Amino acid sequence: MALMRVTSPHAHGPMSTSRVMQNVLLATIPGIIALSHFFGYGTLVNLAWACIVALACETLALALRRRPIGFYLKDCSALVTATLLAIALPPYAPWWLIAVGIACAILLAKHLYGGLGYNPFNPAMAAYVILLISFPVQMTAWAPPRGLEQLPGLMASLQACFTPGAYDGVTMATPLDLMKQNNSLLIADLYAQTPQFGRWAGLGWEWVNLAFLAGGAWLLYKRIFSWHAPVAMLASLSLFAAVFYDGGSSASGGSPLFHLLSGATMFGAFFIVTDPVTSAVSVRGRLVYGAMIGALVYIIRVRGNYPDAVAFAVLIMNFAAPFIDNYTQPRTYGHQSGGSEK
Amino acid sequence: MRKIFDFHGGIHPPENKRQSQQGGIRDAGIPPELVLPLSQHIGAPAKPTVAVGDRVLKGQMIAEANGFVSVPVHAPTSGTVSAIEDRLIAHPSGLPAPCIVIASDGLDEWTELAGISDYRQLPKADLLNRIREAGIAGMGGAGFPTAVKLSTRPGSQVATLIINGTECEPYITADDILMRERPGRIVEGVKILQHLLAPGETLIGIEDNKPEAIAALRAATAGSNIEIVVFPTKYPSGGEKQLIEILTGKQVPSGGLPLDIGVICQNVGSVAAIADAVLLGQPLISRITTVTGEAVREPGNFSVLLGTPMNYLLARAGFQPDRNRRLVMGGPMMGFTVADAGVPIVKTSNCLLAPSEAELPSPPPAQACIRCGMCEQACPASLLPQQMFWFAQAREFEKLEQHKLFDCIECGACSWACPSNIPLVQYYRASKAEILQLRREHEKSEQARLRFEARQERIERDEAEKVAKRAARKLAAEKRAQEAATGGGETDPIQAAIDRARAKKAAQQAGDAADTNPRDKLEKAVTSTRQRLETASAKLAQAEAEGSDLVAALQTGVDKTRARLEAAEQALRDFTAAAEEAPLQETPVDPAAAAIARAIAARASEAALDPAEKSRKQLAALEQRLEKTRARLAASQGAGEEQKIIDALESSVSLLEEKVSAAKQQLNNPEGV
Repeated sequence: MALMRVTSPHAHGPMSTSRVMQNVLLATIPGIIALSHFFGYGTLVNLAWACIVALACETLALALRRRPIGFYLKDCSALVTATLLAIALPPYAPWWLIAVGIACAILLAKHLYGGLGYNPFNPAMAAYVILLISFPVQMTAWAPPRGLEQLPGLMASLQACFTPGAYDGVTMATPLDLMKQNNSLLIADLYAQTPQFGRWAGLGWEWVNLAFLAGGAWLLYKRIFSWHAPVAMLASLSLFAAVFYDGGSSASGGSPLFHLLSGATMFGAFFIVTDPVTSAVSVRGRLVYGAMIGALVYIIRVRGNYPDAVAFAVLIMNFAAPFIDNYTQPRTYGHQSGGSEK
Repeated sequence: MRKIFDFHGGIHPPENKRQSQQGGIRDAGIPPELVLPLSQHIGAPAKPTVAVGDRVLKGQMIAEANGFVSVPVHAPTSGTVSAIEDRLIAHPSGLPAPCIVIASDGLDEWTELAGISDYRQLPKADLLNRIREAGIAGMGGAGFPTAVKLSTRPGSQVATLIINGTECEPYITADDILMRERPGRIVEGVKILQHLLAPGETLIGIEDNKPEAIAALRAATAGSNIEIVVFPTKYPSGGEKQLIEILTGKQVPSGGLPLDIGVICQNVGSVAAIADAVLLGQPLISRITTVTGEAVREPGNFSVLLGTPMNYLLARAGFQPDRNRRLVMGGPMMGFTVADAGVPIVKTSNCLLAPSEAELPSPPPAQACIRCGMCEQACPASLLPQQMFWFAQAREFEKLEQHKLFDCIECGACSWACPSNIPLVQYYRASKAEILQLRREHEKSEQARLRFEARQERIERDEAEKVAKRAARKLAAEKRAQEAATGGGETDPIQAAIDRARAKKAAQQAGDAADTNPRDKLEKAVTSTRQRLETASAKLAQAEAEGSDLVAALQTGVDKTRARLEAAEQALRDFTAAAEEAPLQETPVDPAAAAIARAIAARASEAALDPAEKSRKQLAALEQRLEKTRARLAASQGAGEEQKIIDALESSVSLLEEKVSAAKQQLNNPEGV
């Protein structure tokens, strides 16, 4: 028998792309539990339906592109996209909203650009923005957290999703909405008068964010991604919030803690900003990328038209990532400086 | 305690060193046939100094160094040279290369050795030469001639001599066992190097996963100025550049040598070989090779004669061929697979890895790159492997070079870490090869261009000289004809020559008795040509008006006549100028010089013409030459001249015909040029 001719290295490390994706999925569990605890079964229904649609879309796209279906489904990237979008959507979203979102994410944002690894935009965030612009009513209908209203049961949750016409749910402004609309109350008074704010940043929201932080920290510990982009994002967001806190006046944009623990901050920092495909590649590049997202999140939250801003900020920086890469090449061994010096 | 530096990246693959650490150094014995490649090192292959059938003794030189960056080859045992031919060797290409084959006689009879114990008395150049003559090339795997590495430029100071006992690749324990069992030999070698290089400090760098080796060397270096530096295990700390950074905190400049920052690095195996070469006079004829992997029952380290076929060595370690699908020369990170188990062990063979399929599974298909950056975190050269992969796929070579592709040391850490199983190093290797190939081709075409331009210049110069000579000859002939006052036309060349000779004689006799003014003749020529041109132009105009198909032919005629007229006018002008310069006829102007000047002027005016006009003129001139040559050929054939001359004329006719047709084509199709 002829000897096998292969090139070095002959050994391979234990990490695989499927395992990276599986770890990301596992790391969302604390956040999902927190969301379900505070907002009911809606997120779980979203998640289940999104995963089914995502697998169907991925299979369809692979079949149309004549790619081995089993081999590519195995990398779990479609499930990650579905999970991230399901978490980002409001609980009790109608089935068609989720289906349209997943189809946009998998078919438009991912496979139209060449599939996993070739997409310039984060598929979940691209789909989120498409939905937010196309269906603003459904996309901003957040359910009230546990403690303010009775949470719907499982049957009601399924009904909300699959027969949305027959479902009559209660919605309530989120702390980010309230903060944005406030122009007469001091921050302290706002917190005291509005039950939604909870202890630090919003009833339920603060725990959801802490849960995503825990999941992200676990991923960092597992070295699935580096700390640079998320830490830079959180640092720049805090910095902006601190600079423009304005002593808690009625014109204040909210405290750093408020911004860190409300909306999609932690989810974005550890599950969206860290998406390797669409972010900058070098260490310095990721610092710049993360910091810019943090700054944009603050600016859009406080000055923009939409209450939350992670999706917009991420998409804008997705555009900028190749540009950042070009200017943040690391200093190679034996060279005086990085970049494209001759 | 010395400060240890860290380098960027690196990985921690399973070490798998324990398997081969048992049982000390075993002797592999003398195989019946030894195959010694002439190129076991980086540089020019050695030149055989023996012939087939010669008896050789152990340690005898059988091939000499061929140039500065080259090392000789020695017979590892006594025997007979049975062949000098191409054999398969251990090389990534899997191609055969020239080898000297020795049929061993089993006597293992040494040639006379001349060791010296007091090498300090020897001039350093002689000492270096001994190392070189012993055929020592970097034994850590690269195989760079050791003597070349040790040849410091005069005036360059070696601040740090680093002895590399790192052996960071998994599985390999050859250096480890050498340090454990023969630390004294290493220390002797280090002392020779210290004498040779006079370094400011001498360090032996060892990873902390070799406690026995560290202990043995610490004991052997006690009381000396050699320092053992231990640092944490991480692949690839044994890479020369990485080791230098670990021990000194300095980086070798890109494209430079360690000596540029005052460092020289030597592998422990090479150092031991230097000790053998200097103290015992023994050339490099054997080495320690690790044989390991799950497909051998008794892995371990062997003292192997160079040239020993791998299958002979594998058999000694209890090889199980049915469990093995690939044989790796070197370690699992940087080693390469061999095409055949019969290839020989060479100076750089530190390990022979025979893994089972379960141990090192076949590479799975690559998945998409998700730019996770694990490769970047593993890269010891601080490159961006994921970016380079994209550029390599897109064959964007400029971007690749911008991303410092050539600083990649091909350590394989990125491929090892890649979760998508992309064979990154393979992409870089292929791109490097392709870029180098393109550079070579570019260089070649650049050379060809320069050569072409030089040739073109030479041809033009020759042509100008020829034109000048011809004009000079013509002028001289006319002058002679006038001097002889013979009005006869050019009929028979022989007759003409006789006439010329006669005329010359007559002129000599008559002294300065030229009665016809050459100026008048030239003026007459100009006038008549002008008349002819006018007639021809009139005809042409008529033909054009009538739309006759003779236009083209007439046009050529007009052009030719115009060219002739110009030539005649030029000749007249020249003559006038010459006459003015030398108003008296007793000092006639040098005809050759005048002709050269004319030719130059003609060329200058030609250059000023527009391309079509120029080509037309060239064509006319060529046609003229062709006519003349044809006439001469006919004349020669008629006169029954020598075949040689006729042949030469024939060939020049055909050459001119070719040129004429080419010129015509160019004239018709100027864009196609």
